[in-house]
Amino acid sequence: MNRWLSDSAVERLRAAADSPDLAGTRYRLIDKLGQGGMGGVFRVEDTALDRQVALKVITVGDRESDWPARLLQEARVIAKLEHPGIVPVHDAGALADGRPFYTMKLVQGKRLDEHIATIPGLSDRLRIFQRICDAVAFAHAHGVLHRDLKPGNVMVGPFGEVLVMDWGLSKLVGTSSGPATGQGAEAPVAEIVGPGTAHGSVFGTPGYMAPEQTRGETSVDERADIYSLGAVLQFLLADASPSPIPRALAAVRRQATAADPADRYPSVQELADDVAHFLDGLAVSAYPEGPLARAWRWIVRNRAWILLLLAYMVTRALLIFFRPR
Amino acid sequence: MNKALLGLVLGGVLGVFDGLTAWFTPAVRAQMVGIVIGSTVKGLVAGVLIGYFARKVKSLPLGIVFGLAVGLLLAYAVAAMPDPSGHHYYWEIMLPGGIVGTIIGYATQRFGQPAHTAAR
Repeated sequence: MNRWLSDSAVERLRAAADSPDLAGTRYRLIDKLGQGGMGGVFRVEDTALDRQVALKVITVGDRESDWPARLLQEARVIAKLEHPGIVPVHDAGALADGRPFYTMKLVQGKRLDEHIATIPGLSDRLRIFQRICDAVAFAHAHGVLHRDLKPGNVMVGPFGEVLVMDWGLSKLVGTSSGPATGQGAEAPVAEIVGPGTAHGSVFGTPGYMAPEQTRGETSVDERADIYSLGAVLQFLLADASPSPIPRALAAVRRQATAADPADRYPSVQELADDVAHFLDGLAVSAYPEGPLARAWRWIVRNRAWILLLLAYMVTRALLIFFRPR
Repeated sequence: MNKALLGLVLGGVLGVFDGLTAWFTPAVRAQMVGIVIGSTVKGLVAGVLIGYFARKVKSLPLGIVFGLAVGLLLAYAVAAMPDPSGHHYYWEIMLPGGIVGTIIGYATQRFGQPAHTAAR
């Protein structure tokens, strides 16, 4: 083939073949935003509402797999989760060639792993972590596990909004296995689901996957997401200032990423509460502290009060003992 | 507790305490009751003014500066009144008064319900 076509021409043809044929839909292709394991994401114009949205569609050649069904399942799961920390789905349908697609809000931001260098402060990073926890706790409350939480699946918008993305691996709690279906269908535990996401007999991303996920166990629960959140916390703590990381916060991270699910936080809310307590200068449940550590934390927390009252007392004492004559 | 009430309570408590410290100045012990009452009233007035300011302006530095200014101003007004011997106690009254104002300014900015919450 290369005898007649240049490499660049072949590349252009390949790109054209990958581009979805949006004829018959209300969307007009603008450009490609990215490629995931399950499909591509494109920037399109919604001609009816005159706005840009993101369109996700499975890649050509994957139509024979169960991914078309999964893509729609992903759309349905996200549609159930109306939360400021979860990208809203606008529409779902099928292209002229039969491939299913769905559209969602176009997030103009950066992935957390790309954005993190611009946030040096520990407290700012922890506030982002709290927002991630909020979205995941909301999903858990609606019976949905994410199962692929990692910095690359979190977007930080230009106004500081934090959005948990890529729910392609999500699972409804109570279903036997596989991505969230709403019908409790059994799904094979062997998929490629995104860049950096493991191939083979496990769901998730190495380094962020709970040990039970790595072992390919099918009965994972909320605590698998808690492990991943602990790994995300570890990522956020790296290079944060101040350094070293306070012991209480390290204990929070350790408990979230305990190898045995029984040793982890029982819920995302409790993990988020511990992080909130740390930010407020309160005791965290993961770190039992002695009386000295408790006293020091109280002093640090109330240092402004203590300094002002000390200044008053010292002034009073000076005026009493060194009274101007 | 709203910010104005917090300022009032804090100003009153610190005012009483501030007045009681006059006991350490033998020359004015005879006028202790009047000093404690005057100091308390000064604290209450400063507390209300600083607390009201905190309801209107949400800024820790401005709150502290305003507290210091009000504390010093009210303390000056008191210190400007001489004792029966004609002696003025500017240092003894204005220095602690300024710090008390600063403490109230800090406290009302950091704590207490803001105006819109308190109104609910």
